[in-house]
Amino acid sequence: MSDSSADAIAGERLHHDDAPVTASKEARPSRSLSGEAVTINRPAQELYDFWRNPANLVSVMENIAAIEPIDGKRSRWTVKAPGGKGVTWESVITKEVPGREIYWQSAEGADIANSGRIEFVDAGARGTIVRAVIAYDPPGGTIGQLIAKLFQREPRVQSRRDLHRFKQLMETGEVTTSARNQRERQERNDEQYATLEREQQA
Amino acid sequence: MKAITWHGKHDVRCETVDDPEILNPRDAIVRITSTAICGSDLHLYDAYIPSMKPGDVLGHEFMGVVEEVGPASTLRKGQRVVVPFTISCGQCYHCSKQQYSACDNSNPADEQDIARELYGYPMSGLFGYSHMTGGYSGGQAEYVRVPYSDVGPLVIPDDSIEDDKVLFLTDILPTGWMGAENAQIEPGDTVAVWGCGPVGLFAVQSAFLMGAERVIAIDHFPHRLELAKRFGAECINFEESKVYEALVDMTGGIGPDASIDCVGLEAHGAFVDNIIDQIKVSTFLGTDRAHSIRQVILATRKGGRVSMPAVYGGFIDKFPLGAFMQKGLTLKTGQTHVQKYLRPLYTAIAEGKIDTTFLISHRMPLDEGPDGYKLFHDKQNEYTKVVLKPGLMAA
Repeated sequence: MSDSSADAIAGERLHHDDAPVTASKEARPSRSLSGEAVTINRPAQELYDFWRNPANLVSVMENIAAIEPIDGKRSRWTVKAPGGKGVTWESVITKEVPGREIYWQSAEGADIANSGRIEFVDAGARGTIVRAVIAYDPPGGTIGQLIAKLFQREPRVQSRRDLHRFKQLMETGEVTTSARNQRERQERNDEQYATLEREQQA
Repeated sequence: MKAITWHGKHDVRCETVDDPEILNPRDAIVRITSTAICGSDLHLYDAYIPSMKPGDVLGHEFMGVVEEVGPASTLRKGQRVVVPFTISCGQCYHCSKQQYSACDNSNPADEQDIARELYGYPMSGLFGYSHMTGGYSGGQAEYVRVPYSDVGPLVIPDDSIEDDKVLFLTDILPTGWMGAENAQIEPGDTVAVWGCGPVGLFAVQSAFLMGAERVIAIDHFPHRLELAKRFGAECINFEESKVYEALVDMTGGIGPDASIDCVGLEAHGAFVDNIIDQIKVSTFLGTDRAHSIRQVILATRKGGRVSMPAVYGGFIDKFPLGAFMQKGLTLKTGQTHVQKYLRPLYTAIAEGKIDTTFLISHRMPLDEGPDGYKLFHDKQNEYTKVVLKPGLMAA
């Protein structure tokens, strides 16, 4: 990760207005930095506790096949990849403020190096503002590039969808689906990966 | 099961598709006993609404009997239910403010992108109404999966009240009612209603119930105007009379205090702006035909109120923003917050204060759904409302 995106995650002010750096018009397109905020009608502590246990996140993250805890700070993440090529990396929690913030960074040698911060800010009667900022380094190698497509085709869209699934689960107890039945749900997932494979071959 | 599916402009079919299943704890499966074709289904039929996919099951006005429930549903097998066309979780910020059609959670995360691009924030999920509103299978079918079944459906406890009396609680009755409510009617008001389709006719009834002294109904189908007259409205046939001139005269030069646009993005009539709109739509330079709302804004009195239950989907130009500002009008609109109105309107029906069955002109078996679409589309004078009954056998 470049120094500038690290600064951005650390919250260093690069501008003179109150907008987040992820909304900057000056952000270099080569840098893959995305930020997204969602308000969830639940207490910050409850949301933090859910997020602090990485195994919980599989249910809301579309592209992640498995998250296995290694110890209190480290976990192994496996991406769902087309053609059954599993790609994994180790994620390390580098800093945490209980009930407020979690920072993470991928360990050395990750196929797709990433780092980020998620914060939980009390929003009174509306619940909690959950804000995620995620940075990906441009990966190398064929598999790396394929996985990058999974993450980076529209990284902001991806993190927004993940946060909305998180909101749905915490507010309603379920992740919303419009599928008519299991088969349709599976078909819609397959369709998404088929599109990615087509793009890879193109 | 059998279902009415969309395949393109003027191409809907009755096909056999996979049955729905319980997928989430709060789901229910409902066996459909009555389902109506809505005027807004004709926008899909005419391919005005983006993000439809071939094979999508249509239908957002339906009721039936609970067949199966998930562990967190509050319904019981065998209960008769009316299902709102808006899908709402009941637990997000918007639902807690009874803004059910703005529910944050019922539009699946991976279907929200188009609506976010187009509208800034995604709306709630709707049954059978394109992928922009969630991509849910609709209820013009033998069975339907109803998510958040503990929040939406209204149980009809009284078996002696037949389907035809309560079916329109799903959409058009609360839509006409909210249309009148958004006009903020004051006693003594003169209210003008553009469009005497089902929503317009319910808006006429609702406006009187809310204290309007006069209601002036505008359409060009004589039969629909007659129905409006039956509820006490005065009528303007826009093919025979100039609407603005008529309204000015009928209100003694003041204009209607409140106006309700129940027409929307496929306005009829050979008006110059409407013809230009049609050319723009057909060449993808614009998306909506909006003659009625322009006329509404011109005709409403200074300081008056405009309510717009009519459906618009995209962009219009020549919107008379100057008239809107200079006259100090108020505009209220939105998809209906159906769940908010279900119980009070059910009571009004049960007490005989609101008549709903007058509207139904035709009842058909589900198999004849494609004919129902064509006839409702082509013969709007005679076909005021088509109700499909999956239990009926085809002739």
